[in-house]
Amino acid sequence: MSSQDISASRAARPQRRLPTEVNILLVLIGIALVFEILGWIFQGQSFLFSWNRLKIMILQVSVIGIIAVGVTQVIISGGIDLSSGSVVGAVAMVAMSFAQVSTYARAVYPGLTDLPMIVPLLIGLGCGAVVGLINGWLIAYTKIPPFIATLGTMVTVRGFAKWYTKGQPVSFPTEGFAWIGSGMMPVVIFILVAAIFHVAMKYTRYGKFTYAIGANAQAARVSGIDVERHLVKVYVIAAMLAALAGMVVAARGQTAQAGMGLAYELDAIAMAVIGGVSLNGGRGSILGTAIGMVIFGVIISGFTFLRLDAYYQEMIKGAIVVAAVVADVHRQRKRRKA
Amino acid sequence: MVSPRTAAAIDRVKTTIDREGVLSISGIRKEFPGVLALDNVQLRIRPGTVHALMGENGAGKSTLMKIIAGVYQPDAGEIRLRGQVVALKSPLDALEQGISMIHQELALMNWMTVAENIWIRREPTNRLGLIDHAKMAQMTADLFARLNIGLDPTVQVSELTVAQKQMVEIAKAVSHNSDVLIMDEPTSALTEREVDHLFAIIRDLRERGIGIVYITHKMNELFEIADEFTVFRDGKYVGTHNASDVTRDDIIRMMVGREITNMFPKVDCPIGGTILEVQNLTLPGVFHDVSFSLRRGEILGLAGLVGSKRSNVAEALFGVHPAESGRILIDGAEVSIKTPAQAMAHGMAFLTEDRKETGCFLTLDCLENIQSALITRSHVRNGFVQQREVNALAEDMARTLRVKTPNLQETVENLSGGNQQKLLIARWLLTKPRILILDEPTRGIDVGAKSEIHRLITELAAQGVAVLMISSELPEVLGMSDRIMVMHEGHVSGFLNRDEADQVKIMSLAAK
Repeated sequence: MSSQDISASRAARPQRRLPTEVNILLVLIGIALVFEILGWIFQGQSFLFSWNRLKIMILQVSVIGIIAVGVTQVIISGGIDLSSGSVVGAVAMVAMSFAQVSTYARAVYPGLTDLPMIVPLLIGLGCGAVVGLINGWLIAYTKIPPFIATLGTMVTVRGFAKWYTKGQPVSFPTEGFAWIGSGMMPVVIFILVAAIFHVAMKYTRYGKFTYAIGANAQAARVSGIDVERHLVKVYVIAAMLAALAGMVVAARGQTAQAGMGLAYELDAIAMAVIGGVSLNGGRGSILGTAIGMVIFGVIISGFTFLRLDAYYQEMIKGAIVVAAVVADVHRQRKRRKA
Repeated sequence: MVSPRTAAAIDRVKTTIDREGVLSISGIRKEFPGVLALDNVQLRIRPGTVHALMGENGAGKSTLMKIIAGVYQPDAGEIRLRGQVVALKSPLDALEQGISMIHQELALMNWMTVAENIWIRREPTNRLGLIDHAKMAQMTADLFARLNIGLDPTVQVSELTVAQKQMVEIAKAVSHNSDVLIMDEPTSALTEREVDHLFAIIRDLRERGIGIVYITHKMNELFEIADEFTVFRDGKYVGTHNASDVTRDDIIRMMVGREITNMFPKVDCPIGGTILEVQNLTLPGVFHDVSFSLRRGEILGLAGLVGSKRSNVAEALFGVHPAESGRILIDGAEVSIKTPAQAMAHGMAFLTEDRKETGCFLTLDCLENIQSALITRSHVRNGFVQQREVNALAEDMARTLRVKTPNLQETVENLSGGNQQKLLIARWLLTKPRILILDEPTRGIDVGAKSEIHRLITELAAQGVAVLMISSELPEVLGMSDRIMVMHEGHVSGFLNRDEADQVKIMSLAAK
């Protein structure tokens, strides 16, 4: 069969495939229904029809969801970012130290208390940007693999977080700073961030370049894209979103500790992968990651609801991530054969 | 002592091998999607001879060697090894049955020693089942002595030169006691002295009765080392002769006698003034002193065999891998081109050779593939791509080029090669180039799409676009070009005008 025949037979077949997001949404509905049924069997109550449970569930995941948005664009660009959890911890510490109230006697910077909320916010974002610059520079210009580069910053930044106050927690934020973590604010911030980056990835040059680089960096270069400069931007944005998440966590708990955000990077990557973002780059969407985040939340809160031991939860979480990657690899292979 | 009966049987096998060759294949057919790579091909290798395989790029030599080495399975045909029909299921299977291949890109493990590389999977062990390094070194030393190779078995492969690595590969192949040894352009990275040493080893192997298949593009090597040679053309068998019976011109004629069919004849169009001038462009170790000029409306064909570094020159012009010295002048003014973006700013466009590696964004849809170059330069406001306008332009261009796809939201990995190529051409035409560099514009695409692309190139030239077209297909070069530049191993070996050029002349310049 000549390739002309092939294209002709393709043309005959109705082609409008459903977007991947629809499939992921179906998976979400399926999983939720399974928990609903198990709920009636084992707990004698509904899993889904509990406003309180849903609220807690979405609150639990939206902080990591903010990170996942940044990680999604990194993975779409063909990379990975392992440093986000450490950025959460370090930025929580630094931002909080500029957000303390004057009535607290042992503030980190006694002369710099009662500052307006915008000051710690900008400092925190700035710290994130610095880590992102380091990540991006290492990956784009020294050409070391993103996995190694961000593994390095992950350890270093965590070390910095512990050094910053010699391990002491930082507490007593101003009301203004605490506000960004209060009530449903984490969810609001997540939705804002996700909406902005949904638009950015779909309709701006930034997004188009990110997809192009992840799909084929060589072809992107030949198309006239400055691949290195663009990658730096991608990692800076990812780290700044992790920084934002760090401040939300600290504000919510009204305290910052160096150990905050431990393993958040893995949960964020898991959300993206479950949401159909391909670890090979060039495929996936913010919308997919958002659905992936909800799936992640449903599973965690479903297990808690079924009173499954926390140890089992972690083991199963790991298995789910691996399963999502296997599904991705399988999809790729099927496409290649087609 | 063997019985007279057994001796007679051995004799029979021996005479069969002498007559049929240690390896004889016939009726081999191999098809890839859209391409018939090998069509009823035959080859017979006698023991104790060096058999050269000749043919243009894409003649099917490499595919055939991969079949013999067990990498590919043939769709039809028979392989006989020492008179027996065999199936070669994998490279390991072929190796165990006595066929070794030395790949062009060497396959040694850099961080292991020479000896470890040679005896991998067959390491001698001591009583505890641990590797006996002393014995392994001794075995290697014996092997090297036999082959006259002066290398330390305990040195790490990463410290060797390319030539020395090649020696290790050969020693490894010999250590398997292979009957057939395949060498794919073994001299491409060697100096003259190293080539001499390699040839000495090859002659020694020939003395030992090994059948050697030797792929090369170099005529002088053929006459120096080969006993017999076989020519392929377009996946078909052309003929086998003794090297001593023919001249260089005979071989070239066998290689090129390709018919000019299905070609869109070039329409003569007015040629304008010089737009691009290249002076002494050099990238040390790759290409040297490349100089040429290109005029508006002119199609300059660039011919050459594998290793002539044609594509590297194109990549240097477009800033993908810039040259280190030399000058590029556009409209008479010297320009500096260090990145593709700079080249595009000067009105250049570059269709790369390898669609999959450096062209398509396979996971993205048609529209995005067409738009990628355009939106690096225009149609973006405040960071937002002006999607409606860009889509309209892309759809228009896809229609003009007759891209066949159900809709332009289709992912490009689902399109045929010809349609992918059209998308890439569309990508560059949207940038309205003045200088268009095409590297193998019709490779691996079907005849229909091919002639459409040829028509398009001519039309562009008629509109005053200057075209530099690299092609391995001589009929395409001859049919399309106003002028032909031929390269050989990183040097320009000559220019031919349209009226004086023919396949033999091009090949003589390309295969020095």
